[in-house]
Amino acid sequence: MPEDAFSAMRQSIIDGAPDTASDLARRALAAGIAPLEAINDGYVPGMQAVGEQFGQGKMFLPDMMASAEAMRAAMAVLDPELKKLGRERPMAGVVVLGTTKGDIHEIGKILVGTLLSAHGFRVHDLGVDVAGEKFAAKARELNADIVGVSALLTTTMRNQKAVIEALQNAGLRPRVKVMVGGAPVTRKWAEEIGADGYARDAMSAVALARNLMEIKAQIPVAEPV
Amino acid sequence: MRRKLELLDNALIERMLGEAFQLIRNPGVRVAPYVVELLRSAGVMVTDGVAHIPEALARRSLELAPRGFCLYDRQGNPAVRYGGDNVHFDPGSSCLNILDAETQQARPAVAADLVRLVQVAEMLPQFAAQSTAMVCNDVAQEIGDWYRLLLVLWYSEKPVVTGAFSASSLHTLLELLTIESGGHKELRQRPRAVFDVCPSPPLNWSEFASQNLVDLARAGVPAEIVSMPLAGATAPVTLAGSVVQHAAECISGITIHQLAQPGAPIVWGGAPAIFDMRTGKTPMGAIETAMLDLACSQVGKHLGLPTHAYLVAGDGKVIDAQAEMESGISAVLGALAGINMISGAGMLDFLACQSIEKLVIDAEAIASAQRLIEGIEPRTESLAVAMFGQAGLQGDFLKLKETRSLFRKEQHFPSSVIDRGLASHADRTPGILGRAQERVEELLVRYRRPEIPSKREQAMLEFAEREGGQVGLRGLPGICSPATASP
Repeated sequence: MPEDAFSAMRQSIIDGAPDTASDLARRALAAGIAPLEAINDGYVPGMQAVGEQFGQGKMFLPDMMASAEAMRAAMAVLDPELKKLGRERPMAGVVVLGTTKGDIHEIGKILVGTLLSAHGFRVHDLGVDVAGEKFAAKARELNADIVGVSALLTTTMRNQKAVIEALQNAGLRPRVKVMVGGAPVTRKWAEEIGADGYARDAMSAVALARNLMEIKAQIPVAEPV
Repeated sequence: MRRKLELLDNALIERMLGEAFQLIRNPGVRVAPYVVELLRSAGVMVTDGVAHIPEALARRSLELAPRGFCLYDRQGNPAVRYGGDNVHFDPGSSCLNILDAETQQARPAVAADLVRLVQVAEMLPQFAAQSTAMVCNDVAQEIGDWYRLLLVLWYSEKPVVTGAFSASSLHTLLELLTIESGGHKELRQRPRAVFDVCPSPPLNWSEFASQNLVDLARAGVPAEIVSMPLAGATAPVTLAGSVVQHAAECISGITIHQLAQPGAPIVWGGAPAIFDMRTGKTPMGAIETAMLDLACSQVGKHLGLPTHAYLVAGDGKVIDAQAEMESGISAVLGALAGINMISGAGMLDFLACQSIEKLVIDAEAIASAQRLIEGIEPRTESLAVAMFGQAGLQGDFLKLKETRSLFRKEQHFPSSVIDRGLASHADRTPGILGRAQERVEELLVRYRRPEIPSKREQAMLEFAEREGGQVGLRGLPGICSPATASP
């Protein structure tokens, strides 16, 4: 029964059970369920439920980490099948993510990347200790819509500003939206450094990224630089 | 008799140290190229940037580190005594924002804000040391480190807790300190400042942190390790596990430091915190964060080393009951634990914001904590009987000469920040924020800038103009405007 299968997929994400999630993905393919259907009707609703429960304080960061792991496990099975079929998930936008220069922390960033991927964004994670110029170069290479910059320390959050400056210097700022986040980061700080948005957690980063894509769609840039 | 608050028993401390020694051996500690040869020459295996430090070498280094040292004020008097159970407080450091005095909203801090804070802290005896408390957003980032220190030295005589955000700026800071101290020898003999040096959790001595450790040791200027395990994120989720990581980071740092210069002064310090699993924030006011601070410090004390911790900070965005509940509790806990230097007063919003009004309120909590650790003394030969002999059952103790001679020792009198029903408070109830605002203004009116010998003052100005000129700094914000020839 597909509905039972979708329900089990959804639950495997909520439970944060990667083995179950990948096993269900394999069984779904064997049963003839289309990979895109499994993603959209099984796993994505699972991530959405996780996001909602996190927002309500019913789930915690380690739970979300485990759910993200389960989502990755399912996608590792389903993505190659999608490609074989010559299909792709509708892409919500291209995001370049990284932790700012001098900072080696990436838990929050990984969560954001995973949730963005789960919600249809194509995410390129530059890792940690990333200089502004590297963000700019990758944003140019991928024609990115959004650059997301994370920082865990008050000493390194200042380098978020350097990323925005690097994008400006590269002439990319008009068409690349910048969102910032991390433990010490605040909305006010985001405004001060000229970022386009601040996300307080991984789920709100998804909402923010969608919002930024809508803003981008409303104000098209004449020429890519 | 001084009672001490200890959270760990000796068996657990030894277990923690045992695991810390294991960690620095395997998986080891990530170190920068700057210290690789230093470590290898001491027999440490360094592979792919990871040092595997043997326990015997680490233990020797811990033995070499001094049990205590002093920081001196500008007059050359010992003003902060690291070591033993001495307790001192300083304002929290290096935050980006200030809670505006009028609007009580956070905004980027500027040089004038730091000047106000230094002047207020100078007037408060609760703070044995100043700190380079704020990043001045009206000063170019490249010169921000030494500029903060310049402002503190310019307006204060007290010792300073400071630090460098990069390897190169350390040398500029040391040059400024040398000028202010009157020479290299004077700086070594009577250091005015201690430098915070932060490993990156977990177990990583980055390029600039490695370099700072070595260069400070060789300059003979005290270093203060500020290890920051975040329990559950960048460190084990258990408090005990995070204390082990803190110990491993401190021990590896002290090993590098003592290899560079045996006997150089160093502090076992930190700013550990829990990682809030709902928000990903690092609450400095959480009781578990205070427990981490106390436990980490106790391990350092067990090794006989000077200690530091980050307490007296609140996590809310405004001055309210939460801020003072968190700050007051941790001030008392830190004092009871006998931590030598307790940084953090004035801080709000997860260390992102300083408030001068909160600083004067925190000073009252600190004064209470300081009174608490003075304890209860038998100040008279007969504790009560002799006084009853004079007062009888009529109980008129107010008249007794003992009352008059001893009440000042027995009772701490808070400032007007604390409402104790004084007549001046009787006809109005401005609330603690209003009283704090008045107190800040009162202290600023009374503040007088301590004199700096004119030759040194001139040398400091020349230094500032030379270094500032390299990045196009016009005038010296907080000291003199571009149009002013001299301050």
